[in-house]
Amino acid sequence: MFEYAPAPESRSIVDIAPSYGLFVDGAFDEGKASFKTVNPASEEVLAEVALAGPEDVDRAVGAARRAFGAWSALPGAERAKYLFRIARIIQERSRELAVLESLDNGKPIRESRDVDLPLVAAHFFYYAGWADKLQYAGFGTDPKPLGVAGQVIPWNFPLLMLAWKIAPALAAGNTVVLKPAETTPLSALFFADVCRQADLPPGVVNIITGAGDTGRYLVEHPDVNKVAFTGSTEVGRQIARSVAGSGKKLTLELGGKAANIVFDDAPIDQAVEGIVNGIFFNQGHVCCAGSRLLVQESIAEELLASLKRRMSTLRVGDPLDKNTDIGAVNSAAQLARITELSEIGTAEGAERWSPACRLPDRGFWFAPTIFTGVTQAHRIAREEIFGPVLSVLTFRTPDEAVEKANNTPYGLSAGIWTEKGSRILAVADRLRAGVVWANTFNKFDPASPFGGYKESGYGREGGRHGLEAYLA
Amino acid sequence: MPESAPTSARAEQPRRRRRTATKVEAVAERPRLAVRKTYKLFIGGAFPRSESGRTYLVDGDNVALASRKDARDAVVAARKAQPKWAGATAYNRGQVLYRVAEMTEARRAEFTVLGVDAAEVDATIDRWVWYAGWSDKIAQVAGGANPVAGPFFNLSAPEPTGVVGVVAPPSLLGLVSVIAPAIVTGNTVVVLAAGPQVAITLAEVLTTSDVPGGVVNILTGHAAETAPWLASHDDVNALDLTGVESPELATDLERAAAGTLKRVLRPPAGGIDLAADPGLHPMTALLEIKTVWHPKGF
Repeated sequence: MFEYAPAPESRSIVDIAPSYGLFVDGAFDEGKASFKTVNPASEEVLAEVALAGPEDVDRAVGAARRAFGAWSALPGAERAKYLFRIARIIQERSRELAVLESLDNGKPIRESRDVDLPLVAAHFFYYAGWADKLQYAGFGTDPKPLGVAGQVIPWNFPLLMLAWKIAPALAAGNTVVLKPAETTPLSALFFADVCRQADLPPGVVNIITGAGDTGRYLVEHPDVNKVAFTGSTEVGRQIARSVAGSGKKLTLELGGKAANIVFDDAPIDQAVEGIVNGIFFNQGHVCCAGSRLLVQESIAEELLASLKRRMSTLRVGDPLDKNTDIGAVNSAAQLARITELSEIGTAEGAERWSPACRLPDRGFWFAPTIFTGVTQAHRIAREEIFGPVLSVLTFRTPDEAVEKANNTPYGLSAGIWTEKGSRILAVADRLRAGVVWANTFNKFDPASPFGGYKESGYGREGGRHGLEAYLA
Repeated sequence: MPESAPTSARAEQPRRRRRTATKVEAVAERPRLAVRKTYKLFIGGAFPRSESGRTYLVDGDNVALASRKDARDAVVAARKAQPKWAGATAYNRGQVLYRVAEMTEARRAEFTVLGVDAAEVDATIDRWVWYAGWSDKIAQVAGGANPVAGPFFNLSAPEPTGVVGVVAPPSLLGLVSVIAPAIVTGNTVVVLAAGPQVAITLAEVLTTSDVPGGVVNILTGHAAETAPWLASHDDVNALDLTGVESPELATDLERAAAGTLKRVLRPPAGGIDLAADPGLHPMTALLEIKTVWHPKGF
């Protein structure tokens, strides 16, 4: 393995204020009860942010309601121009936002710079173009916005999830109240500033920070017409229960336990890259992560040797270093969950392996890990770990592969590796998953619908399909 | 099993669908005793009684009163039939639905004698025809190629969500307006029907129209009793509440459906408008969009 000199991205491009209030009706207010957000790579406090209570949520929803009339009445072409402006400002500030995202989330700068930020800007560009073409989207000749959208997003792709939520909502003529995750509020607060720079009318976008309770106040608020949530299946269930009977439109992007299926004719080197990308991208904090590797028995030994060799070259460490492959786990709580499930994996009889790697002394870290000898009954094969932990199972026939892949309550994504085209199409047909990557993995695009089957939620984000969630 | 003895009230008052005396009866010494139909459930292509042995009286008929066990049996039948039905070609499913229209036309008298008016039978037949045509078109309307920014083949296509529990509105057209959009795309259904005689007569149409057994399962009885078991059933993928009249029941069912995150089609505000163009939503709400990516390259 080559030695690399440190190549840290400068953090001087980001100016983080000591504290942030809530962004309501076009202005930041004084935050009341506040909590701290930390850099998971160093445990350094980055800023204090406000904890929104029921009255704050009410105020934000009120602002969004007041803004809705004028915003929805604006010609689509005008709404489009605001969204194009936002996309442009994000592009111009993308280095700043990428560094901020890596600081608050712990993800490698290579990913925030090359994946998150370009996709964020692309999403606003994509949906901007829809704003004046809604009547051609296939949802009737006179589609109408729903009103106020209450949106709750997770910590794994803070700004990207914000874009997935806000861009289609605004394009369709809704106004929004968005709550970023408790541990990653900063990029959403910076986005509020982007909205101000774009002269977006006050109240069209409101950002409220807080924890689970704040999210609950928001989704249960009687004047919210649309609820969009990305997060765990358990919280998704609670939201579906609380929304029942209210008539609020609901879309949910929840957990996953994706099978990444490697057939014996797959190009091994490409498959190994795909497996690594599938489970170690973003520290495995990805709902569509390829967390179950299903490998055909005849090539299992060769593939695993190659995979271990490749894992030994992964660099774990400073998220701001441009050579880093795996950054910090987002929080102490998430690290505890990954650690606990991994210990259960060992206790249940699976064999654990990690490459030798030195983890930093401060911050939250977890070495890339694989478990072999995993059966379908093991908890590490059934539960979403949401970390850099791969469970390896084997199969003999395509039927068995499909059977095992579908043997989960989740159905978000899946991967197929084979050189045989007909096999790709036949297996893809039988997989119960919303996104199937064949000979690739973890690819995203604003034009491509994303979302799950079964308990991975309902509704799609991205593409023409993503508009449906915000139109009546 | 012998029919229960008619009550005196029933003996005096001929049932409304009893035909007027025919020539054959007229020449006989006394009027011929009609052979009545027994109305049972429709599960897996068969017509079983309720396993509970219960019946209830509707317009003078003892009709089967479905139980929790019947609902579960119907889900098993629907699940078993689903892969093959979804695997049939869209062309084939369209032909089967068209055949249902033909058979409804042929049996229209069986519905009118039950009190369904002729215009509603016409509208019902037309609805089957309308949905029959969608079978091989909905995938193009709801799916398509996605122009992603990279060298990828990227295609979204709809797939049936699986087994759908349906609380049907209480009319022939209402019943067909919830069954047809669910099955045309390859779902199978367990339907809780009001109006048992009409629903079971529809089942007789379905079973003579090449609709495979288990694709449509019809339970008669009280939706308020059986629907909660469908809403909380782990092997049901979606719930269509179009026929639920009580907002409280609809809320309870929607809440129960959250347990396995079933897709829920809520009752339309102000009730279903059966005369209106149904639009795509009754079909798309019961579809999953699957997006497949593949790299392009030499």
